[in-house]
Amino acid sequence: MSDAAAHAIEHPTTTGIDSRKVAIWTLIGSECLLFASLISTYLVYKGKSLVGPLPHTESQCMLHGKMQACEPIFSIPLVTFGTAVLLFSSFFVVLALYGAQKGNRKMLITWLSATVVCGLFFIGMQVYEFSHFYHEGLGYTTNLFASTFYTLTGFHGSHVTVGVIWLATLLVMAIRGKLPAGKSLNLEIAALYWHFVDVVWIVIFPVVYLMR
Amino acid sequence: MDAHSHAQGGDHAHPTPGLYFKVALVLFVLTALEVLAYEVGHGRMGADLQRIVEPVVVMLLLVLSAAKFALVAMFYMHLKQDPKVLTNLFIWPLLLAATVIAAMIVIFSYWRVVGAK
Repeated sequence: MSDAAAHAIEHPTTTGIDSRKVAIWTLIGSECLLFASLISTYLVYKGKSLVGPLPHTESQCMLHGKMQACEPIFSIPLVTFGTAVLLFSSFFVVLALYGAQKGNRKMLITWLSATVVCGLFFIGMQVYEFSHFYHEGLGYTTNLFASTFYTLTGFHGSHVTVGVIWLATLLVMAIRGKLPAGKSLNLEIAALYWHFVDVVWIVIFPVVYLMR
Repeated sequence: MDAHSHAQGGDHAHPTPGLYFKVALVLFVLTALEVLAYEVGHGRMGADLQRIVEPVVVMLLLVLSAAKFALVAMFYMHLKQDPKVLTNLFIWPLLLAATVIAAMIVIFSYWRVVGAK
């Protein structure tokens, strides 16, 4: 679609703000409540598990059919690295947006690619973490910590996955030259979703991993 | 075209890459401080430091997390430059969300105390 055609389908609004931008902010507002319910459920059941493995302390847990001593399950260095990668992906996506708005295709493609790679790394980290926990005897129904932890971080991970697919789609469009400066709002909306995924992790990281 | 799409997008002049980089650096430092607070609060850097930091470690982590949250929302999500109506669409549900978390914690703590008696 040419720029002129893209221009033609934009409608004037009473607020002067594109309806798609209002829609994404409304979605983000409602998502705040979803994650509030998941975080509060995690906090309410924190410290209520009767058996291990537990996040920060040694415990007794059932492994290979018998009770045995279990080490604390969290690996703070790994998750800190994942957090840093997600934070930098937010930085990369604003650079990509800056490139898109200025019509700098090389800048757009470079930084959008970096964002997608960071998102994929974070998903990989979470898959590794979940599979490691499972092999340590922490199934979804093992204890209250497991159920609330997997639900909270799993929901966040699924949001990251959606964000990566969304940004990868825009990356393909950019490579094919179908994301001109006049359509940069498409990337801005996806970037807002991506930043939201980032700010949710900014809350989850200290609440789940750093507070005992 | 540009002026029109900016008016419809509702955005004003967005920050420059230089400012984005400074925000990224601050976010990185704040994350490092969070992990440092965790390590000190749990005695990995000596008992003396632990005695000082441990009572305030939760509050410290909450403050650092809130600062990071605000930086991303203001600069990367452009709430500082964009129309106030977008800030309202975010802030009010966010306050409601914080209230939900606080209410759940208070209610369950209350019933835990009452149940123990």
